[in-house]
Amino acid sequence: MPLETIQTFEVQRLGVLDAEGNLDTELEPDLSADQLRALMRAMLLAREADERMLKLQRQGRLGTFPPVLGQEAAHTAAAFAMAEQDWLVPAFRDMGALLLRGYPLVNYLQYYNGWEEGNQVPEGAKLLPTAVIVGSSLLHAVGLAWGLRYQGEPDTAVLTFVGDGGTSEGDFYEALNFAGVWQAPVVFVIQNNQWAISIPREAQTRAQTLAQKAVAAGIPGIQVDGNDALAVYRAASEAFQRARSGGGPTVIEAVTYRLGVHTTADDPRKYRTEDEEKLAWAQEPLLRFARYLERKGALDAGGLEAMRAEVRAEIQSAVDELEAMQPHPPELAFDHVFGTEHAVIAEQRASFLASVKAARGED
Amino acid sequence: MPRMNMVQAINLALHQEMARDPSVVVMGEDVGMDEGVFRVTAGLLETFGAGRVIDTPLAESGIIGTAIGMAIAGVRPVTEMQFSGFSYLAIPQIEGNASRYRSRTQGQRTVPLVVRMPYGGGVRALEHHSESREATYAHLPGVKVVIPSGPRNARALMAAAIRDPDPVVFMEPKRSYRAFKEEVPEAEEVLPIGRAQVLQEGTDITVIAWGAMMRTAMEAVHRVEQARGASIELIDLLTISPLDVETIAASVKKTGRCVVVQEAPRNLGLASEIIAQINDRVLLWLEAPVARITGFDVVTPYFARELGYMPTPERVEAGILETLAF
Repeated sequence: MPLETIQTFEVQRLGVLDAEGNLDTELEPDLSADQLRALMRAMLLAREADERMLKLQRQGRLGTFPPVLGQEAAHTAAAFAMAEQDWLVPAFRDMGALLLRGYPLVNYLQYYNGWEEGNQVPEGAKLLPTAVIVGSSLLHAVGLAWGLRYQGEPDTAVLTFVGDGGTSEGDFYEALNFAGVWQAPVVFVIQNNQWAISIPREAQTRAQTLAQKAVAAGIPGIQVDGNDALAVYRAASEAFQRARSGGGPTVIEAVTYRLGVHTTADDPRKYRTEDEEKLAWAQEPLLRFARYLERKGALDAGGLEAMRAEVRAEIQSAVDELEAMQPHPPELAFDHVFGTEHAVIAEQRASFLASVKAARGED
Repeated sequence: MPRMNMVQAINLALHQEMARDPSVVVMGEDVGMDEGVFRVTAGLLETFGAGRVIDTPLAESGIIGTAIGMAIAGVRPVTEMQFSGFSYLAIPQIEGNASRYRSRTQGQRTVPLVVRMPYGGGVRALEHHSESREATYAHLPGVKVVIPSGPRNARALMAAAIRDPDPVVFMEPKRSYRAFKEEVPEAEEVLPIGRAQVLQEGTDITVIAWGAMMRTAMEAVHRVEQARGASIELIDLLTISPLDVETIAASVKKTGRCVVVQEAPRNLGLASEIIAQINDRVLLWLEAPVARITGFDVVTPYFARELGYMPTPERVEAGILETLAF
């Protein structure tokens, strides 16, 4: 008998505002001037904080961290589509989203200064900490979404991030699969920045798009121009709407570019050309969004510079706050291993403290 | 009191804890309709419905990873790894996340999670179905590891594990699942995690075991008692992490001699840590080197040869006699 086609699929790509400034007015999201300025400010904060952190790191005043340069729209605009009750489960290159959702910049600085206490969020902030094992936190997002629904929060959805490299992890597939089976209200955003440290996107998978990985899990997937804040926002808004109305999870592949280093310990000259980076700069997200705001009359050049000065002052005050802080004492490492008493750890804590005091010449 | 086997006793704990606390859910492969491959989850789907008894896709990392998210949301998931041999696929989630959320957030986000897994040999099962890898889990900071030895303590420890604020790996010795029955009170019973039980007091030697090895050790102890009239103190660890070092040290201080019985491979097993703890705490009271009766440092043999691998009452008896005679 003849072969018959039993399934076909297509992958759509969404763009609203391209690098040349062309705008698709039919797809343009309905955002007020205040909202547009707030989104700009959130992306600018990430851009400026990143730059400042790089300097601090080079001066030995901050530890290793993964800069977000070039990816501000891909994650910040997705988080901008969240409702108050929604949760964010980050990866580790999504500072703009974290700060937008109530994570204090000084905590971010503490964390990348090696202090776990930076992971403590203000009361009521609906955020999980960074889970460094790539892809592993996607499953937490799915379970969290299931759990919140179980706990009687039918309107709550969860936003979570992963990179292009992370889509090769088993946990990525398991997360999409569980989310599909459970119709969990999760928005998965893949920040496809073309490089997983030194491995280019093409060497990561034979699949033509990362969005199509959703197909195998039976859930909707879409590719968006990840440097187009309006497209990312629009796709994320639709995904949240689907999640909230019982339509289950969505995968959004936000195509962007990591303009900077993987982490401050990385040197991209080993694996990619400066020409490639220059070409990518022409696509970067902030300039095109600033031009759009100017054209809309939402923010002119002077307004942008004032915003930049304001953001820089905010960063300076977070840096000052960090540098005035002392980390919690070293015995803190013993205090949150278990939620119950543990005789051996208590013993080790006491002996550790005694050795610290002896080293200081105290009794 | 009704008499029941370990499968029925754990099942009783699951029923009672789910009835007591609506945040408790059970999840895993085949735990619903099929009631678990060992029937430990029998009747739960019927009683509590598919909203709380979740048949998951076949993916161990997915089960533990999603359970972590649920636990952070305030749910208390009791997960089943169908066999401990499959649980290693979830170690990245257990080691990388479940054990760390509390310290990662300095106590702000916690993961009260139970990871049930049948473990150990002696039931003529397929490859990967017979290992005893408890030391792998006991080595992880932030994870508690509980190993019951009989129906009554299995039930009371399961209740404790479900109520515990931390991730608990609950290893069920499947050789003991249906091997014997005990009286188990229907009324609630909870045993503290982290406490060993002195099953019988003695003055000549301490014998320490856990899980399915308790029966093996008991048989050896009875033989030595009958043949020699020796006074033997027998300790059932019940929790292997945190290890109840006080009970162990107090006993060995009294008897001066000790034998540890372990089904797992010898190298870096729990017995090694027990001996190190004895050395740290009561070395000067020892009258003889502490003996280890263990499995061997080989891949657990397939079932035709597994009984030769596992410690037998004869091997334990010989170890006790040698230690007494030293």
